[in-house]
Amino acid sequence: MPSRTFNQRSLAPWLFLAPGLLMFIVYVIWPIGESLMLSLYDWDGLYNREGEFTGRFIGLDNFRELATDQAFLVSLYNNVIWLGMYMLAVPAGLLVAIFLNQNVRGIRLYKSLFFFPFVISQVVVGLIFSWFYAPNFGLLYLILEWFTGSGVAILAEERYVTYGIIVAGLWPQIAYVMILYLTGLNNVAPDQVEAARLDGAKGWRMLWYVILPQLRPATFIAVVVTVIGALRSFDLVSIMTAGGPFGSSRVLSYYMYEQALSEYGYRMGYGAAIAVVLFAIMMIFISGFIWKMWRDETER
Amino acid sequence: MFPRPIEQSAPAVQWIYKIALPVALVLWLLPLLGVAATSVRPASDLAQGNYFGIPSYLAFENYADVFRNTPMARYILNSFIVTIPTVIGAVALSLMTGFALAVYRFKGNLILFFMFVAGNFVPFQILMVPVRDLTLSLGMYNSYHGLALFHIAFQTGFCTLFMRNFIKALPNELIEAARVEGVAEWRIFWFIVLPLMRPAIAALSVLVFTFIWNDFFWATVLTSSPDAQPITAGLSSLNGQWVAAWHLVSAGSILAALPPVLMFFLMQKHFIAGLTLGAVK
Repeated sequence: MPSRTFNQRSLAPWLFLAPGLLMFIVYVIWPIGESLMLSLYDWDGLYNREGEFTGRFIGLDNFRELATDQAFLVSLYNNVIWLGMYMLAVPAGLLVAIFLNQNVRGIRLYKSLFFFPFVISQVVVGLIFSWFYAPNFGLLYLILEWFTGSGVAILAEERYVTYGIIVAGLWPQIAYVMILYLTGLNNVAPDQVEAARLDGAKGWRMLWYVILPQLRPATFIAVVVTVIGALRSFDLVSIMTAGGPFGSSRVLSYYMYEQALSEYGYRMGYGAAIAVVLFAIMMIFISGFIWKMWRDETER
Repeated sequence: MFPRPIEQSAPAVQWIYKIALPVALVLWLLPLLGVAATSVRPASDLAQGNYFGIPSYLAFENYADVFRNTPMARYILNSFIVTIPTVIGAVALSLMTGFALAVYRFKGNLILFFMFVAGNFVPFQILMVPVRDLTLSLGMYNSYHGLALFHIAFQTGFCTLFMRNFIKALPNELIEAARVEGVAEWRIFWFIVLPLMRPAIAALSVLVFTFIWNDFFWATVLTSSPDAQPITAGLSSLNGQWVAAWHLVSAGSILAALPPVLMFFLMQKHFIAGLTLGAVK
């Protein structure tokens, strides 16, 4: 019965999709739309006794306020620093991967131990680095004191605090990029490397002209996860400084949380507007990734 | 192989490499080693300023203290209660969505696929207010299922990407042959595709376990008390109480890190296979 199988085959994908798609729409797609809408409202997160929404439509006022909100501008600026410095994870991860891509005894264990920081929760990474930076007895403080005569309380200095947190974030991120490149290096075509060697290529030239082009898929993923990681940074800021001192280490994700949920107030609409800005920045990158993946898919 | 295998270089270089390896590792893990050492250092040593000298004795009592005086055991239990159903739920849902997107040609297939992929990348903050509101209105705020349901939904995005690509790489003839035999679609899924998915299921399970165990943001947004708070949120609030009690902070940190670390070492192959998906063509 061809018509029955045909029907079954056109209905089946939707039945398989239904539960996952439904959950994803309810918890991810729909909320994005809701946040976009909320960003045009002034709302304290409450409902009146009849259960009705109490928000007041204010058009683009939230965004106008953002344009002159010093705390927002600091957060935005810090996000740019995060993004720029986080990118260091890509070359650094490549370097570590090259260092570890050998066949000596015990190298497997070394690789896993180097990967260690990525497995640990960012909360724990934050606590570890808070201790590392702690004034008077922290390891880094003591090392700096040893060399320069005076220690620096990294997390209490407006000038250094954001960089200090980013270094903590780079630690697991480099480990992640390293594992991507180790897998990539494992799959580099040996005949091409040998051929290039016969042609006299070595060192940097070999890396640049022969190895890196073959590592392109790994580099793509490394850049994607690093950009996402930089813009998602929330845990470390929250654990290490809670945005301080004087709000100098805030990033958009943390400032949004502060505005919408913490003791600073329940400005849900304003928070949503900050989230929309972060979302817009992220969308630039997401569209880029999707565009590239789309091209790969349709070329096949 | 790149770089050139070290066995081909001069013995001196090989020696340097063999010394550089452990030195680099110790430097790399220095902050972690410091915290691990502090976690077994007695409080009296810290009070006397003995931070890095030889500890007067190994104070495993710090760990006992953490369990005795804080809801740490409860936090750990909560983490398991949220994480395990999330792993099962996200893997189950994405097996189905991945199967649908990999095996069938229908209008909107690619669009749906990229919707899952893109959704997986969005900042959490754009979801925060509506998801919290939804969870509150369903009466699931500060509960295991409230947190787990959200995690399942969100992880389905990443897992669908993974499963779909994995199924797509399976030989298509298997499915075609079954169809010629007139096997029903759900039986194809259950008896032909599912048994081949074991490596993918293992890889995703360890990955999702780690992601959810380590989640802090949603734990703060959707839970508020030790009744449901997982260990990340618990540790953060304990950190507020233990001002400068670094021996306790360290012990708590090590406890929180332990389950994903064990998971990683036990399932290393699967973990890395999952993480490096797409890093090679």
